[in-house]
Amino acid sequence: MPDSSPDAPDSPAAGAAPATDRAGIELINVTKRYPGQKTPAVDDVTLTVPVGEIVVLLGPSGSGKTTTMRLINRLIEPTSGKITVAGRDALGLNPTELRRHIGYVIQDAGLFPHMTVATNVGLVPQMLKWDRKRIADRVDELLDLVDLPPDQYRDRYPRELSGGQRQRVGVARALAADPPVMLMDEPFGALDPITREHLQDSLLHLQDELGKTIVFVTHDINEALKLGDRIAILDKGSRIAQFGTPQEILLNPADAYVEQFIGGGQAMRLLRFSRVADVPLQQVPEAAPGDDADAVRDRLGDTGFAVVLDERRRPVRWITAANLDGVTGPVGERGEDVADPIRGRNTLQQALETLIQSDHECVPVVGRGGVYQGTVTLATVQNAIREMRRTAERAGAGA
Amino acid sequence: MTAPPLGDTEDAAAGTGTQDALHAPAGRSWRALLQPLLIVVAGLGWMLYVENEHLDSIEKRVLAPRYVAQKTWEHIELALASTAIVLVIAIPLGIALSRPRVRRATPLVLGVANIGQSAPAIGVVVLLAVIWGIGFWTAIVALVAYGMLPALRNTMVGLQQVDPTLTDAGRGIGMSAPAVLGRVELPLAAPVILAGIRTTLVLMVGTASIASFISGGGLGDLVTTGVTTQRTPVLLTGCVLIALLALLIDWLGGVATRLLAPKGL
Repeated sequence: MPDSSPDAPDSPAAGAAPATDRAGIELINVTKRYPGQKTPAVDDVTLTVPVGEIVVLLGPSGSGKTTTMRLINRLIEPTSGKITVAGRDALGLNPTELRRHIGYVIQDAGLFPHMTVATNVGLVPQMLKWDRKRIADRVDELLDLVDLPPDQYRDRYPRELSGGQRQRVGVARALAADPPVMLMDEPFGALDPITREHLQDSLLHLQDELGKTIVFVTHDINEALKLGDRIAILDKGSRIAQFGTPQEILLNPADAYVEQFIGGGQAMRLLRFSRVADVPLQQVPEAAPGDDADAVRDRLGDTGFAVVLDERRRPVRWITAANLDGVTGPVGERGEDVADPIRGRNTLQQALETLIQSDHECVPVVGRGGVYQGTVTLATVQNAIREMRRTAERAGAGA
Repeated sequence: MTAPPLGDTEDAAAGTGTQDALHAPAGRSWRALLQPLLIVVAGLGWMLYVENEHLDSIEKRVLAPRYVAQKTWEHIELALASTAIVLVIAIPLGIALSRPRVRRATPLVLGVANIGQSAPAIGVVVLLAVIWGIGFWTAIVALVAYGMLPALRNTMVGLQQVDPTLTDAGRGIGMSAPAVLGRVELPLAAPVILAGIRTTLVLMVGTASIASFISGGGLGDLVTTGVTTQRTPVLLTGCVLIALLALLIDWLGGVATRLLAPKGL
């Protein structure tokens, strides 16, 4: 395997300077002008997509968002400007070679109807000349990843799948050669609302594990707020009206165009689209099943309880001073089980809901591999909302 | 599979019912063989009937099994050779004309192919005989000119009806232009292209009869002999055999289309 190794996706191959490490994708003064048209389709766009983030290009039809995305994998050749992908100059590469290292997902998945699911998913590895065994293993791994049991789905044809399943296969195909960068062009646009919601959650979950650099095109503001780490709101000619996090855009729209585009109901949206990862987590004492009860008791302090983590640092139980009364030796299986933990990707609304339904006053937050990171309490959420409102008021006063 | 492990809401749409139909090759038992069997039986039955009629010497000579078999074989040769040449020209041309760079030439080429088909075949065959002399190959040229349009048009239509999002997806995941053509466009166009080939074959079987006007051979010889000597049994034998041959070829074409068309469509 020459330079196509999927084992080091984020490493800038071809000896690019490490300084470009932080930029997943960079567009610098990129313009696309079609012959015979007065106004350029994409007019002098400069945009940086940081590594491991989802940047949503959001705009009405005709705003050039799809064109902008297609410039990145050179399905459309820019008239002028500079584009770098994963630290490499995209315009200096062979376009076909470039595209094999950029995942590409389109509306309706674009699966080839005459190929089985396995063939579809294995296409890019096949073009990269992986051996059969490795492709087969990778296909099974990916189908598992997108929740389609390989035994059941491997040999099916796309026609035998539902729209949502096809889109899952589409995502698996894009991930096949483990590209550092993915382009998604309204991938969930043709799905019913329930399936769409479901796939959006799956994508966020996947992104939690994989940390790809993703450019996501949509015209749906709610989808953008839900998925985007950052959102670029585009106006005609791909003019970037505002580029910022969902909170920044909701709380402080840059101009009348953005304001009109995002519409009303900001307060509820804030809860729905702010992520747990964006608020400071509360740390509580920790313990392991093997820890001595006396030592844990000392550690509890004012908090009055501790979170018990297993050997892989996943939260399993809450243990309180009452549980430890009169106990000597290891704390073992004492305490009450932790409810399903929430993730940094979850919204504050989801966190709030979990908190309300929980028997305990706080809920653990986990990161990659289910590793414990901290806890969220009602106070955390309240403070976060208060903080956001304060920021909004400051911005309002400044205007 | 009614209850997938994750209970996906989107799972319901995909049933198991369609699966068998997609995976099983065209296996429709003995009924699939009924049609060709009937055709062959009808042909042999006709020949037996004719042999047992009271034939005069001319009829006896022309309807001798050896002679009829030879004419049938010539007819098949004419049809196959002309079809092969048509395909060798029409399919690459059709592919070329569906590429963006050459697309502008489409009206011109289709115009020429149209002339080939709309000009009366008999007129063309006689005209060519005047230029190149009579014989098998002159007949082939006329047949090729006549049969070009359906194969060419089906190739072009077949490629044009391929969903552009699929060619886009092919390019988007890093297929080279020849790979998109070979792995996406041609397989997806295959049913339409194969239908064009089948049409061409049947057309050629029917039209090959005119080869006899310029000594090209084939079952047309029986028809012309029957007419010039006013022997109805000979005339009818020619007509019946041409018709049965066309039906048989059509059936073969149908089988080939089913077997060669990619699964999953």
